[in-house]
Amino acid sequence: MSVKTPVLSRATGLVLGLVALGLVALLSLAVGARSIPLSTVLDVLATRDGSDSAFVVWELRIPRTLIGIAVGAALGVAGALMQALTRNPLADPGLLGINAGASAAAVLAISVLGVTDLRAFVWFAFAGAAVAGTVLYVIAGRTGASSVRLALAGAAVSAALTGFTQAVILVDQNALDQMRFWTVGALARADMATLTDVAPFLVAGLALAVLLAKPLNVLSLGDDVGRSLGAHPGRTQLLTLVAVTLLAGAATAAVGPLVFVGLVAPHMVRVFTGPDERWVVAYCAVFAPALLLLADVLGRVMAREEIDVGVVTALLGGPVFLVLLRRNKAVRA
Amino acid sequence: MTALRPAPVVELELPRSRARRRSLVISLCLVAAIVVVSVIALGTGAIYVAPLDVARTLLGNGSRVTNYAVLDLRLPRVLIAIAVGAALGMSGVVFQSLSRNPLGSPDIIGFNYGAATGGLLVILVIGGSPAVVSSGALVGGLVTALLVYVLAWQRGVLGMRLVLTGIGVSAILQAVNFYLIVNAGVADVARATVWLTGSLNNLGWPQLWPVVIALVVLVPALLFGVRWLEVLEMGDEVAQGLGVPVERARVYLIVTGTAACAVATAAAGPIAFVALVAPQLAKRLVRSNGAGLLPAAWMGALLVLVADFAAQRVAGGLPVGVATGALGGVYLAWLLWRKP
Repeated sequence: MSVKTPVLSRATGLVLGLVALGLVALLSLAVGARSIPLSTVLDVLATRDGSDSAFVVWELRIPRTLIGIAVGAALGVAGALMQALTRNPLADPGLLGINAGASAAAVLAISVLGVTDLRAFVWFAFAGAAVAGTVLYVIAGRTGASSVRLALAGAAVSAALTGFTQAVILVDQNALDQMRFWTVGALARADMATLTDVAPFLVAGLALAVLLAKPLNVLSLGDDVGRSLGAHPGRTQLLTLVAVTLLAGAATAAVGPLVFVGLVAPHMVRVFTGPDERWVVAYCAVFAPALLLLADVLGRVMAREEIDVGVVTALLGGPVFLVLLRRNKAVRA
Repeated sequence: MTALRPAPVVELELPRSRARRRSLVISLCLVAAIVVVSVIALGTGAIYVAPLDVARTLLGNGSRVTNYAVLDLRLPRVLIAIAVGAALGMSGVVFQSLSRNPLGSPDIIGFNYGAATGGLLVILVIGGSPAVVSSGALVGGLVTALLVYVLAWQRGVLGMRLVLTGIGVSAILQAVNFYLIVNAGVADVARATVWLTGSLNNLGWPQLWPVVIALVVLVPALLFGVRWLEVLEMGDEVAQGLGVPVERARVYLIVTGTAACAVATAAAGPIAFVALVAPQLAKRLVRSNGAGLLPAAWMGALLVLVADFAAQRVAGGLPVGVATGALGGVYLAWLLWRKP
């Protein structure tokens, strides 16, 4: 019985998380520059009646909410995978060089090629993320690199790419002006077309993540123990890197580099789930988007002008994270 | 019984002394490289000075022109680069060792993010001279470090909780930084970006002296604390068993490590990546797992010196932080790739 209870409560927590995500999503449809009563939201969701409220909900807020959910889930899960793979609490999807790669490609597109079309921008950023992920894999070693090597190689690739990005924006003020808005990360500029562009990558990445949770669990005991239990460290590592690149690359391409969610959401949920990666991934897929959406909603009402979700997530999630950390007696060296 | 004792001691000492010798050789090579690059950097610019003339000028036998170019213009900048790099390298060793994490750096205690927030507030909101920006950065960094330490304190500060608390506080500050950057005029942001990248432009003798004085105090202090580092890496229980006052040693190391980073940031802004990469590069060259404070210091100095030379002379006046990331990143990637 003592074994069964935590599983049950973890399942309950997951259901509660889904309910919370649903509520926040509704809130996200209702709140904004033009606030719409919840009853009206439900009405126009049922029948698209051509009123102004219906237009706002269907054309602006549904895409934004869906993107928030998709991106939040992707980043949270990618962060969980990354921390499991490198066995390093400082790891986040950005460590793969994904953010740096996307930023470098984005700045290249703006400054050298003069791209202004948002949709082309998405593809550049995604390509940059993918290239960075591949370079990292080649450097770290093709067959089962140690977690420390992987982490260091990621830091090295990120630093080199960031240096490039910095050099360009320091010389080209126009690029600096565009990049500073992109770097914060915002849901406001994303539209339905962006979502359909990146959706296949997100779905593929999430599916991979579900399959990888169990092998990663086994490997958390160390490569040697894992191997003797039938795991394949090299294969798991490659697939995890692919999954993280797909998830974080697509998310970053869609809304810009949101650092906080991928880094901290896994730590937050681990306080409740314990170290089992299957639960960590499931919780991240539910709670990370809830956190992101809530931050987006608050960002719309906190000040007269909207505050970007990248700023609010960290402002809101940071203190929560610190409180959880202080109350959690299980955090040991 | 007593006759049995020396044997294991000898066995333990032998590889250690070899590692020491290798560490010494590497340090000497790095110092030699620093001297060579310094001479080249001192001679290069609008007024070219040949290496021999640079040496002559440094020894006090220069002409008026070479005195002006080498001693007045270029020497302080070269010395600041060396000092800043060495400080960052040592700080990195301390924090990587304390957190038992190869990605550790003064960022762990939130220093750089706090310094960035302090500096940005001065540049974007208050508007002040470079000296005020430095002080703002110092105050921001130190307050943040203190905050992280206090928040992580629960009957002692454990390595992991310190790391995670640092992540949380840094994330909040980064959000504040983003907010400040997005809501400011682009000209101010451009100036802030130069500072955030870390730059040695326009630094001279008046900026060098405070750094030198600080390092004269800090280097012995760090060398004194380094004996605890290796023991603390084995875990708190082991360290306690070996008679190390664990909590006091950790506070001492955090304070000295943060101070070293603070000196560098005050002088040149938050230069990225040196504190992280210099200890890793040094460790790979020395091929030891030990702390290696001095090799990391020399490596940091060489990295910042070469990066500044590249950014200033090759890339046409870019801030040094651009090149530290690029050079250090590529070099580390190459070392990792070469030795699978």
